[in-house]
Amino acid sequence: MSGPKWLNEESFMLSISPTYLLYYVPLIITISLVFGATRHEDTSLILKHSAHTARWITGFMGIIFAILVVVEWLI
Amino acid sequence: MPHDPNVIEVDEIRVDLRHRPLAAFLAWLLPGAGHLYQRRYAKGSLFMVCILSTWMLGFALGGGHVVYASWQPGDKRWHYLLQAGVGAAALPALVQSNRMQKFTDQRGATSPGYQPLWGGFMAPPHRPVIEDRTDEVSAWFAIHGAGYEMGTWYTMIAGLLNILVIYDAYAGPLAVPISGKRKDPEDADKGGGDKDSEPPDGPPDQ
Repeated sequence: MSGPKWLNEESFMLSISPTYLLYYVPLIITISLVFGATRHEDTSLILKHSAHTARWITGFMGIIFAILVVVEWLI
Repeated sequence: MPHDPNVIEVDEIRVDLRHRPLAAFLAWLLPGAGHLYQRRYAKGSLFMVCILSTWMLGFALGGGHVVYASWQPGDKRWHYLLQAGVGAAALPALVQSNRMQKFTDQRGATSPGYQPLWGGFMAPPHRPVIEDRTDEVSAWFAIHGAGYEMGTWYTMIAGLLNILVIYDAYAGPLAVPISGKRKDPEDADKGGGDKDSEPPDGPPDQ
């Protein structure tokens, strides 16, 4: 697989395939929509809250991922 | 105007929760059904599609073996407690578990004459299940690999999300959102919340 070394399948964290991350997509959609819809009644507000939740969770996980990559790089 | 505790207002939308316990029970039995009973059709449809599709996707990823009820030494399937959050969809596992129990001998092994119902749909594995030994659970892991793990997670998350939905059917939206205030019907004509405001910055209310 081409691309940055840290993204190669052989050196990827825990040796998992990057395609494994696709499992994340349906989960984040469902979780965000349900979180949004259990806090609002108005459809536009549900969608806004869902987008906000998805961004926040993705960002949080991205930060954790970045930290782990740095830690892996250091050791 | 008499105060009706079953009527709330959120995001400037009046919501009649009707018979709350019945709505909560329906929401557990079939995700979204409680909201459909309350005539909250959009949210009911959304919950039904999101939760059931997640649950079924997880079920399929795990080859149909990730949802079963068992509380035996070596196979304490605590995951089922969360998976059962989706209600009727997980109930066949209890029937299968009861049948398996009848065919389990005193040593904790499955009797030779055991045949699961419905082609093994949601049936627990043959017993005994012993960690680090070759048994039916290890075969499921070997066949489905990561799908078995992810299927278990998907079905558990779907069950957990439905708990939020059950609460929403019983009591309305979980937290008072900054974008709209929940008000008594008596105060409804005195002005509402800011419908168009953004959700708050920082972590969402979870």
